[in-house]
Formats: sequence, structure tokens, C-alpha cells
Amino acid sequence: MFAFTVRRVAQAVLVMLIISLIGFSIKHNFGDPVRELVGERVTPQERQQIRDQLGLNDPFMVQYGRFLKSAVHGDLGRSFFFKKPVTEVILAKAPATLELVFCASLIVILLSVPLGIYSAIHPRRLLSRLIMGVSIVGVSMPVFLTAILLIYIFSVELGWLPSFGRGETVQLFGFWDSGLLTRDGLRHLLMPSVALSSIMLPLFIRLIRSEMMEVLETEYVKFAWAKGLRPRRVWYVHAFKNTLLPVITVGGVQLGIMVAFTILTETVFQWQGMGSMFIESVERADTALMVSYIVVVGFIFVVVNTLVDLIYGLVNPTVRIAGRK
Amino acid sequence: MEKLLAINKLSVDFTLRESTLRAVNKVSLSLDRGERLGIVGESGAGKSVLGFSIINLISKPGRIAEGSVIFQGEEISAYSYEQMRRVRGDRISMIFQDPMMTLNPVLTIGEQMRESLKAHMEVSTAQANEICLEKLRKVYIPSPEKRLEQYPHEFSGGMRQRIIIAISLLTNPAMIIADEPTTALDVTIQAEIMELLLELCETEQMGLILITHDLAVVSQVTQRIAVMYAGTIVELGRTEDIITHPQHPYTIGLLGALPQRAGSSGRLNQIPGVMPGLARIPRGCPFKNRCSLAAEICATKPHLRKSSSGSEAACHMVGTEQSTAA
Repeated sequence: MFAFTVRRVAQAVLVMLIISLIGFSIKHNFGDPVRELVGERVTPQERQQIRDQLGLNDPFMVQYGRFLKSAVHGDLGRSFFFKKPVTEVILAKAPATLELVFCASLIVILLSVPLGIYSAIHPRRLLSRLIMGVSIVGVSMPVFLTAILLIYIFSVELGWLPSFGRGETVQLFGFWDSGLLTRDGLRHLLMPSVALSSIMLPLFIRLIRSEMMEVLETEYVKFAWAKGLRPRRVWYVHAFKNTLLPVITVGGVQLGIMVAFTILTETVFQWQGMGSMFIESVERADTALMVSYIVVVGFIFVVVNTLVDLIYGLVNPTVRIAGRK
Repeated sequence: MEKLLAINKLSVDFTLRESTLRAVNKVSLSLDRGERLGIVGESGAGKSVLGFSIINLISKPGRIAEGSVIFQGEEISAYSYEQMRRVRGDRISMIFQDPMMTLNPVLTIGEQMRESLKAHMEVSTAQANEICLEKLRKVYIPSPEKRLEQYPHEFSGGMRQRIIIAISLLTNPAMIIADEPTTALDVTIQAEIMELLLELCETEQMGLILITHDLAVVSQVTQRIAVMYAGTIVELGRTEDIITHPQHPYTIGLLGALPQRAGSSGRLNQIPGVMPGLARIPRGCPFKNRCSLAAEICATKPHLRKSSSGSEAACHMVGTEQSTAA
């Protein structure tokens, strides 16, 4: 398991290097930082001098090395709009996004597992057909439409839930603004989480269902029936444990994707997270902020995937053995 | 000897969208206590379906259409789901064809053995482990204590089949249904596994239904043989009678196709044609289209009749001069 972990982490580092390279080349080719720094009346000679001072005339790889070095130290540059280091800006926005993704993932996992198992075990029952039918609608409806529909029904027509913002938040550990601890914060969180999960939830249900139906046809499940095991044991231990393997791999990636999906949800609900921050930074051509968003989201994605692979290793004995050698 | 199992005119239907296919057609069989019966036939003859139908474990959309299965004097074919579950893996165990596919890859051998016991009796984990170890020793698994904690992929095919046999022995069943238990194994391992099964059946006084297409295996292990063709039994009798004096043209063809019976030409004999699919079984004798003796009378369905050799054959021609000539 140790060797497996080391290998997996090395891969993750490699992927991060590539992401940072892409991020840096965007920054490198996107606009001229000197023009943003100085006014119109600076002579070309002076500009050249500033360029030399900032190291902008160095070869690409040298500049990339410098970028990487400061990135490792947590310095991704300064946002010219906020006049603050971008890491500070992102750190202030991250809790909102992460809480949103966390709640959406919770909804996805808690609902897809029982619904997927049920519709796999009883594929012909009316309820299963209903689940499948509704999930088709969920998959086909774009997130922004679901979000607007939710706002229309629950905020405009019924007036039950607030339509925008995070509501009342509590500061934890000195930097984390959490909406999870107040009633108002949770009320604000509900609709955005549902909207964000509206694509992933049906996907997960269908994934679990189809994987589980396949597993139920295997010889070892048939043997489990022949051993006279109780149905619960066959379904939840023999079949579901094997269903989990592919679901974890695919599912992990999907949950990572959800971080990127927040852009739409956050925009509709005016959720002050990283997604809406990214949209704003694009509008303001705030290059440093854009690039660091890409790097940070890439980082989250890689961390989630690495964790997923390690969990996979825990569930699948074959991986565990291979790692032990 | 007392009857262990009696199958009476059992039919199994597979209901498809447009049609209903009959995979097993009015089969009657019986098994005495401790007796070993072989069910022989080509792929698709309905052997496995028949085997699974005894414990009502036919894959959907198959179901028992008529007939009954009586086991130890009880009509188990009329049992409720829960009653049948208590029979499966307890009084009747099954051994499957491919040991590489039969064990669950994510559960240890110990878990897969203990759960079988716990499904049928109240035992503590420690007691269950004792029984598991005892059975693993019976199938000659070395250092079983260590093996209990291992996963299936840490075993070879032959070892896995031994473990599956050990699982089937856990509850001291009165009967084992073995569905092609050696087909997926190496030839050398095949003999080992068959010997082990034979030994266990003899020492434990277990009934055995051995489903196979391997006539050599059947002749070594079983006391009686039922030859199946297209869902029906075409010949039934003592193993030695059938092997030495086959009566039904199909049985004669099967035995003639064995390599050791190949003629001086060195070429294998084969039965012309292929077994018809379930939707295309001819009326009357199901074998008539491939039979060299087929005559007009074969348009009516033959029933099992006592023949001169002592076995029963479902053929109009048996007992006539032609069949002895064949």
C-alpha cells in the first residue's frame, strides 16, 4: 500500500506540473503586465527597463521556473483589481465554493446509493421506472435552467427560500466563513446545492444501477444465492461491494468536475465563491487571478482523484496486494 | 435404499417476448441416498438448467412450468422463497463450473465460508472458523488457518475449486449438484478434483448429481447416467451398461466420438449436424434429423422403455435388429 501511495502521489505531482505549465503559458501570452503597471506616457526605453527589472525578457523556461518557485511557496502573484496577493483572494472565496460542493456531493452520495441499488434490484418496479424517468430529465436539463426554475418555484412563487447570496455566516479558525452553522446560512445553501447536484445525481444513480445490474448477473452472485444466503447479504455485501469499485473511480472524477461546475451555479445564485470570482476576473482581465483559479481548481481536482485512487486501493484487494510487493 | 431425490415430469420454460421455449421437457429422475448420477449431453441440452431447477435457481426469465421435485420426502418445488433458501447451501449444495468466477473477489475466503454457515445455523465466529478449518483440511488445503484470511486471487484455479468444494461441504449436505466442476481446469487438476469429489461423496454418504459433457469423467465417478438431448432424457441406466452397451443412437454417437474409440483410420467419429436450438426442436423424436436410423415412426415422440441391456432408452428403434447393428 505504501509503494502504491508513493506512486500515486508522484503521478499527482506530475499532473500539477503540467497544469501549472499551462496556467503559466496563458499568463505569459495574455496581455502585457507592463501596460497595466505604468501609464500611457512612459517611453519605450523606460518600458524596456521595467521589463528587464521584472525579468520579463528572460527565456520562457526561466520565467516558468521562477513562477513555479514562488507558487510552491504559496505566491501566485497579485491581483491588480483587488490589490492583494491572489492566494489571499482565493482563500477568502474558497470556503463558499467548497461548502457548496460539499453539500452537493452529500446530496449526490446519500441519494444515489439507495436509489441506484433499489432500481438495480427491482428494475421492473414502477418506482424504479419513475427514478429512471426523472433522472433522464435531470441529466438533460442544464444547471442554469434547473437553478432558475428552482428560484422561480421556491423563491418567487412560494417564497420559502432566499434566491441569492450566502446569508448569515460564522467565521471559523479566523479565515473560514461558514454558512453551515446558521439556520439562515443553510437556507441559502439548499437551492444552490440542489441545483449543483442536479446533473451528477442522475448520472450517479444510472451508474450505480447499471454497474450493480451487471454484478448481479455474475457467477459469484449466483453462487451466493446457491449458498442460501439471505437476499440482504447478497445485495449489500456481495453485489454492492463489487459495484463500488467502478463507481468510486468514475464517481471521484465526477465529484472533482463539480468544483468547476460551480461557475454556473454561483453565477445564478450570486454565490460569492471562486466560480463567480473567476467570471469577474475574466471580465476585468485580471490575469493573475484567472491563472491562479485554474491552478487551484486543478490542484483540488488532482487531490480528489488521488484520494479516490487510494480509497479504491482500500476496497479492492488486488490493488492492495500489488502495492505490497 | 431410500429415495433422496425424485424429479417428476419436470419442465422448465423460458418465456420470451414472443414465444416460450422449453429448456427441460418432462424430465423424471431419481437419486438414492449416497448415489452418484451423471447427467451427460452436449452444450445446450438443458443439463445445467435441470440442475439449477432442483433448487429453483433458474436464471430469469426461466421458471418451472410443471412437475415437481421431491427431496427427502418433501416437495421442495412447492416451497416458499424462504423455505427454499434454507434448503440451498444447507441440505443441497452446488459446485459451479468456473472456479475463477465463483468466488467473490473482494471478500476473504474466511468471510465467504463463515457466511454460508451463518445463513443456516446459529454459530459464533469462532465456532464457524473451526468448522471452516475442518472442511478445508478435508479438501487438502495446506495451512488453512492462513488461507482463511486470503482473497480468491491469491489461489490457483484448482485450489479455488477445492475451496468451493469445502464451502459446499460446510453444512454436511445430503446432496451436491456439481455443474461441470472440472471443465475450466487443467487436465491434471481435473483428475485430482474428481477423485476428491468421489472420495468425499463416499465417506460422507452424499448424493451427487454430476453435470458434464465429459463421458470419461462420468464413467469413473457415477453409478448411473442420464443422457440428455434437447431438453429430454434419451437414455437412463447404470453407468457400465450405458458405456459398454449404449442403446440410443445419440448415446452411441456420443461414445463413438471419444478419441479412444476412434477407428483404425485415426479420425474421430462425429454425429452429423448440430443439436437444434430450443425454438427448432422437431416434433416427435428430437434426435430424428441427425439420426441414421430415423424412420416414419420417429414422427411420434418415443418414451423411455427398458432395453435389452438393462438401461432405458427413448427410441423406437431400440431392441430392433438395426440398432444392434449400429
